[in-house]
Amino acid sequence: MSVSSASPEVVDSSRMPDPRRSAFRRKLSRWDVKVSPYLFISPFFVLFFVAGLFPLVYTFWVSLHDWNLIGGQGDFVGTKNYTYVLQQPLFWKGLRNTFSIFLLSGVTQTLAALVLAAVLNQNIRAKSFWRMGVLLPYVVAPVAVGVIFNKMFADKSGLINTLIDKVGLGPVGWHADVLSSHIAIATMVNFRWTGYVTLIFLAAMQAIPREIYEAAVVDGASRLRQFVSITVPMLRPTIIFVVITATIGGLQIFDEPRVFDQAGQGGADRQWMTVTMYIYELGWGSQKSFGRAAAVSWILFLVIIAVGIINFLITRRISSGSAKAPARAVRVVEGRTR
Amino acid sequence: MTSSTLAGGLAGPGAAKHAERRRGRAKVPGTRPGWVTYSIMGVVLILSAYPLYYAFLLGSSDAQTIAQNPLPSLLPRGNFGANVQRVISADIRFWRALANSAVIAVLTSLSVVFFSTLAGYSFSKLRFRGRGPLLVFVIATMAVPTQLSIVPLFIVMSKLGWTGRVEAVIVPAMVTAFGVFWMTQYLESALPFELIEAARVDGCSMIRTFWHVALPAARPAAAMLGLFTFIGSWTAFFWPFIVLGSSNPTLPVAVQLLQASYFKDYSLILAGVTVSALPLIVVFFFAGRQLVAGVMAGAVKG
Repeated sequence: MSVSSASPEVVDSSRMPDPRRSAFRRKLSRWDVKVSPYLFISPFFVLFFVAGLFPLVYTFWVSLHDWNLIGGQGDFVGTKNYTYVLQQPLFWKGLRNTFSIFLLSGVTQTLAALVLAAVLNQNIRAKSFWRMGVLLPYVVAPVAVGVIFNKMFADKSGLINTLIDKVGLGPVGWHADVLSSHIAIATMVNFRWTGYVTLIFLAAMQAIPREIYEAAVVDGASRLRQFVSITVPMLRPTIIFVVITATIGGLQIFDEPRVFDQAGQGGADRQWMTVTMYIYELGWGSQKSFGRAAAVSWILFLVIIAVGIINFLITRRISSGSAKAPARAVRVVEGRTR
Repeated sequence: MTSSTLAGGLAGPGAAKHAERRRGRAKVPGTRPGWVTYSIMGVVLILSAYPLYYAFLLGSSDAQTIAQNPLPSLLPRGNFGANVQRVISADIRFWRALANSAVIAVLTSLSVVFFSTLAGYSFSKLRFRGRGPLLVFVIATMAVPTQLSIVPLFIVMSKLGWTGRVEAVIVPAMVTAFGVFWMTQYLESALPFELIEAARVDGCSMIRTFWHVALPAARPAAAMLGLFTFIGSWTAFFWPFIVLGSSNPTLPVAVQLLQASYFKDYSLILAGVTVSALPLIVVFFFAGRQLVAGVMAGAVKG
């Protein structure tokens, strides 16, 4: 603070240099420098421990008890909740449906996004227009998407079945059949996310050095060959990232299947009921058993971790098998120009 | 390292000239793409826009017309206003849902932007013990599937008496790992140390330095983070559905309720869907470019 600006007429004691006071200030300022960084990051950690980590650990505690939505905590029952849900056919059905929907959406979405990104990566006119076009579905809520597609995929007099009928094929039981309902729900997920993933891939593609493609052209590689042998392997970290996030989100799917019909139970025969829907039904449905809901939550948590690790290993293996080629190309390029 | 020296080294002067001609064009060699590319993109565009238009078409129709024509006409009919009126007077607490969605989305976005920028500033520009491991920890938490913690979170909310209240949705989402990571990344390069030092020399305290130097510098990334948080919050269903319920819904919860109670009349349901989606579609028309840039800069799902 500027001491010199105080005019002689005005005696302002607070502006007078006071050795005791300035020592205190220095101390305060040192303390400020030391503590502030922690203070600034503390909101995140406090919230994560309160609303993230604690509930996760507490889920395990709840899963070991009889615990009712209304009645609250009951007796300690050990692993009884786990053995109960593992014996329920509904649980296994939910797991099957979840995996089926996840695989159907995850695989098609990743492949479609890769191809679309390659298409967008060309020197097309009106770039932002097309990019915005693919991203539009992302701003629509999954519930809204689910309701719209529920009507489009109606078994009787739905838009899709009418179109299928026009081509001369029989109507598909989108809500009646197991696999068809999974395809319909996977379509909703893909509708909302494919464009998003496309843009992530596109950004990664634009970071691939042009020299590698030029070297490939000189070597006579076709466009398809360039895509398979350069683009895809070079996108490895991005593909891993997308697959992992898709796994974490996809295995918890709830919104779209919940509104695929008006009852929200996952179909008459539970043909599209997912694990998260089962958790909801155990905890907030007729049983009101938080203990069992928590047990399924923990099982799903472990499943997600396991699948995440498997996915990581597979994606790494697949892309590193062919990744040697471009890595060599980069070395060649660097060696030649140095 | 230029492309001409590379190509020249590999294949002689002819290739160099070829590379010269290609300079400034796309990375994939070749001229401007032909009609195949534009046809593919055209189909993709129709696929991503038609379902929304379909919702509007049916939302402007009536139950009988929908039942008779599975293929809707290409142009909307005139009942949209009337259907929206019915949505508003339906038993789904429409205005309450709209207000709740707006309050939750605005407060969550503001809070996420503020706390994430604060933490991002600290992680990127301040020196303190344990900075590296703590940042790694933040990133690692992004992989925790938090949806699975709903049972205890619900227990906590009922103990607090927050079930059915918007606080239960806002408070757990007030700062996100992704937000912290995003702002850290941005401020790392966008905020020069000289500016911070200048403010410190002028006698600014740490928090004042943040407020007057870091926050203004963070504006572009903060706006993007706010936009994505707003969209995420507006479209969220699972947790609001569980903790708020139908007595005090958000828009997605109300849409679900509309479908559950009026499932025989899709003109009503899809008019409701259209109205609930409209605010973000308007946002998209104004900020679509920024959204594209945000996704391409590494915004993450969720």
